[in-house]
Formats: sequence, C-alpha cells, structure tokens
Amino acid sequence: MKIAIASGKGGTGKTTLSTNLAMFLGESESVVLVDLDVEEPNSHLFLKSELLRKEDKMKMIPRWESASCTLCNECVELCNFHALICLGNEILIFPNLCHSCYACSELCPTYSLPMEAQKMGELSHFLAHPIEFVEGRLNIGEEQAVSLIAQTKKYVEKHFYDETITLYDSPPGTSCPVIESIKDADFVILVTEPTPFGLHDLTLAVETTRALGKKFGVVINRYGMGDDAVEAYCQNEDIAILAKIPHLLEIAQCYSVGKLIYPEVDSFKQALEEIATFIKTLSQKEVMQ
Amino acid sequence: MKEIVVISGKGGTGKTSITAALASLAQQSYIVVDCDVDAADMHLLLQPDFAHKEDFYSGQVAKIDEMLCRNCGRCADVCRFDAIDFKEGHYVIDELSCEGCGYCARVCRPSAIEMRERLVGAWYTSKTKYGSDMVHAKLSIGAENSGKLVAKVKKEGKAIALAQHKSLMIVDGSPGIGCPVVSSLSGANFVLLVTEPTLSGLHDLKRVYEVVKRFRIKAGCIINKSDLNATVCAQIEEFLEEEAILHVKNIPYTKAFSHAMIQGQTVSEYTDPELKRLLEESFVTIKQTLGV
Repeated sequence: MKIAIASGKGGTGKTTLSTNLAMFLGESESVVLVDLDVEEPNSHLFLKSELLRKEDKMKMIPRWESASCTLCNECVELCNFHALICLGNEILIFPNLCHSCYACSELCPTYSLPMEAQKMGELSHFLAHPIEFVEGRLNIGEEQAVSLIAQTKKYVEKHFYDETITLYDSPPGTSCPVIESIKDADFVILVTEPTPFGLHDLTLAVETTRALGKKFGVVINRYGMGDDAVEAYCQNEDIAILAKIPHLLEIAQCYSVGKLIYPEVDSFKQALEEIATFIKTLSQKEVMQ
Repeated sequence: MKEIVVISGKGGTGKTSITAALASLAQQSYIVVDCDVDAADMHLLLQPDFAHKEDFYSGQVAKIDEMLCRNCGRCADVCRFDAIDFKEGHYVIDELSCEGCGYCARVCRPSAIEMRERLVGAWYTSKTKYGSDMVHAKLSIGAENSGKLVAKVKKEGKAIALAQHKSLMIVDGSPGIGCPVVSSLSGANFVLLVTEPTLSGLHDLKRVYEVVKRFRIKAGCIINKSDLNATVCAQIEEFLEEEAILHVKNIPYTKAFSHAMIQGQTVSEYTDPELKRLLEESFVTIKQTLGV
C-alpha cells in the first residue's frame, strides 16, 4: 500500500511525520520510506541508516554526430523545448532544456542524434532498522525533478512487495513534482499548520489531490500555534482530520538536532498511534477488496 | 535599480514573512514581486488589490480528435511520458502527464492530434495595502513550474520599477533548487538567505547556496528562530564565515510571526518593538551592502 505524505506549503512537517510514522509503523509492519523530495531530500537526517546500494540515475540526452548530419534542421524545428539550435554548421544541445522525449533522435532522417545517458542524480537504498529507506537526490544544477521521482518510485515498485507499507515523503507545492509523487498513491496525507499560510496552501493541495481523484486526510501539525480556520475548513469540506500534533518547543528541539520525536514526546506518539490505526484499517479494507 | 531576492531552500523558515516585513518597511519607494508562484502566500500579508490580471500560457498540450483518430496507437508507442491511455475504445491524453513535446502529433498519420497552447496560470499587477506596487502570480494546479512564469513576473516587476524610478525591487523567491529558483535568482544584485538552526535548515541552505554561487551574487543570511538550537546555529554561522556570506541578523523565535499572519499583518507592523528593531537593522545592513 502506498501512502504519500504531502503539503502545499513547505516546512509544515512532512519529513517529521514521514520519518517518525515510518519508524513507528516499522515496529509492527514491513515499511519502506521513500524520500521523493529530490531537490531537498531531508529524511536521511533523522534516520540512522546503513547504505545497502547506490545507483546513478540517468536521463537520456541526444548526442550530435557531425559526420552523418546533413544539417537539414529538422531536429531544431521539431524540438518544442528549444533544446537544440543550429549555429553555423553545428548542432548545439542544451541538456537542461531537454525533456528526453526522443523526438529529435527518432525522427532524424540520418540517425545523427543517438540518445545517451547523462547522470542527473543518485538513488540510495538504506537499511534503517527496522525499516528500509530509499532516497532520490537530484544533482545541483539539474532542473527537472520529475524524471528522478519517477525512477525512484519504479525502483521501489521493483524491490518491494505490494503489501509493504510504502510512505512517500513528497516535495512541497502543487506543480508537476508533487503530481508525480502522489499520482499512484492509494492514500494521501496532507500535513498543514493552523495559520493563514497553512490554510491557503492546504486548499491548493486539496484541489490538487481532488483533481487526481485521490482519497486523502489531513494532519494538523503545530496545533495551537495559530487559529481554528484550518479545522473549520476541514469540517466544511468534509475532510477527515487524522490527527493533531501539538505545538511544543520539545518537538522543535528534537527536530533541530535530527532526533526522532515519538520516543521522547508522548503527545506526539499518541498522534502517530491515531494515524497508524487509520492506516491499518485502510490496508484491511484493501485486502477485503 | 537594485534587486534583492529572498530564498530559503527549506520551507517554513519564515522567508515570506520576512520578505513582507522588508516590503512594509520600504513602503511606496520599492516594488515587491512574489516569485513563489506555486504556493504564493505573500498576498495574505500585503493584501494587494488584484487590479490587473493576465492569463499566462506556456508550452503545449496534445489533444486527440476522436473523429479523425484511427486507433492505430502510434502516438501511445512514441510517448515517453505515459500520457496517452486507451480508454473505452479511444486513445485519450492525460493532460497532467503530457509534457507537450509534440512527438505524438508528428507521427499521427491522419493528423488527429493538435498541439494547443497550455494555460499554466495567471499573473497580476496590484497595489498593496500600502499603495506600493506588487507583481504576483498563481500557477494552475499541476502545471509545470518551469520557471517561465517566474521569469515573466520578474520581468513585469522590473519594467514597473524602471518606469517609476524605484530604487529597489524585493523578490520573494521560489523554494527548492530547480528551475523556479534558478529563474528567481537570475539578474539579482543581492540574495537574502533565510534559514533556521535545524539540521534540515543547514542541509538545504548548503544545497541552495551551491546554486547561488553559480550566479556569483553577493549573499547575506538571516538565521530565524535562532535560539532554537545553539549548536546548529553555531554551525550555520561557521558555514557563513567559510563562504564569506554576510551574516545579516539572528532573529530569536517569537510567536509574532504566526500572530501577525493571523491578523493579516506583516511582522514589522505587528506590535513587537524588539522584532521591529531587528528587522529594521537587517534592512539597513542590506541597503548599505547594496549602496542604496
């Protein structure tokens, strides 16, 4: 079962919830945590982990073969991303603009643009007893996160059983990287905080999740720091609030040094228990179906 | 005209609150641009009037004409993005997965696929509650945040700033290290990094600073919630010294950030004289560095 942990706004506690929930569930279930926030992957900071495997992740980019090229300019005209230009009697390629659609390569009349792999990031697979942990990490200077997110998910699908509880720590926002990381999830947990920014970005995240036809619930983090507008919104929209995590200095301090929170703070552990119970009923329903 | 871009790498460090506070200190003499187009929040504090709106189109999306389609499936074969599904006897485009490369349209023999301009969002020019100018935008749900809308918003902001002889443009930058943040940084004179003393804050600061370095822009840093963890705070200060990043200010944790937000105020409007002083001093430091 795949559960994506997402939020519209950054810094609401996605990673805190992902890492703690994974370790907590891992005490009784088989769990893999997957960091899909490939631009700023942070889950590893909170887990004591041992590296099992590391792979370079590639994207496919055309390479120009001058010998066979007739400079017909077909490739330049058909690239919708302007990733190729013809300068004098040379074809120049801009890898950062390329979306790896293969159109130039496969439609080149003289086969002068073979596709070649270029490193875009890394995938690491760790053992973080009792769970397993997989991280995608985009190279600095790379601009397209979506392909790495897709490849990271593919790795997890290949290496783990369907029954394993898979938790995706998703990137923030509502644009394509988020869509990529929640589109095949069975359930989405939206983490928010009870402030106007939190509410505003939650409504965007709810719209996104609904547009994808996903089942979802909300966790309110730092409960008590702001007002009750988020709760009122959830009530009006008939959205399930899975748990409320209190706004405590202790939690922020554990987080700041990369410590897991539930072993130290009881009220946090209670919130995790509520979410865990909910997830277990979800997976039972799935088995029944 | 000088341009300050505020970024953070990590979310939730107080970037937007601090940008809005600088904007409220500057009032009419400067222009504010919100480049965090994916989850734009600054309008909640500056309350712009959304006076002028324009739709923003970028890239394309494929559309199959069922009348012309002969169900040969070539389109689905060539698509590298799994964006073409076969549903109820027809090939259909999944618009959220379509990257707009146009490969399918090129190989479709009966020319049943049309590439249409994609509406990715809208941008606005407004007057804030202070009467100052603001340019901001909203990306459509699931749209590709390619940096083009960010670039557009910045360009419009710059045009207004130059026309009205403003001395400073304050930009709320995008999160992450990908295209939107690269677009936010281009053309900046000063980058203000807002971080917090947590391991994640430091980790993300280092990653985003790698991006900043490529632009060779002068950078400064505000450590927000600075009293949260003295050890990590010292590590950040050490990093700033190593990289010769201007250490603008430490701002201790205060509830004023969330309280001001709830009242729709910027933190410098909110009645906390100590916080106001810290922000004013920060602004002076930044202006001195820029020679404004």
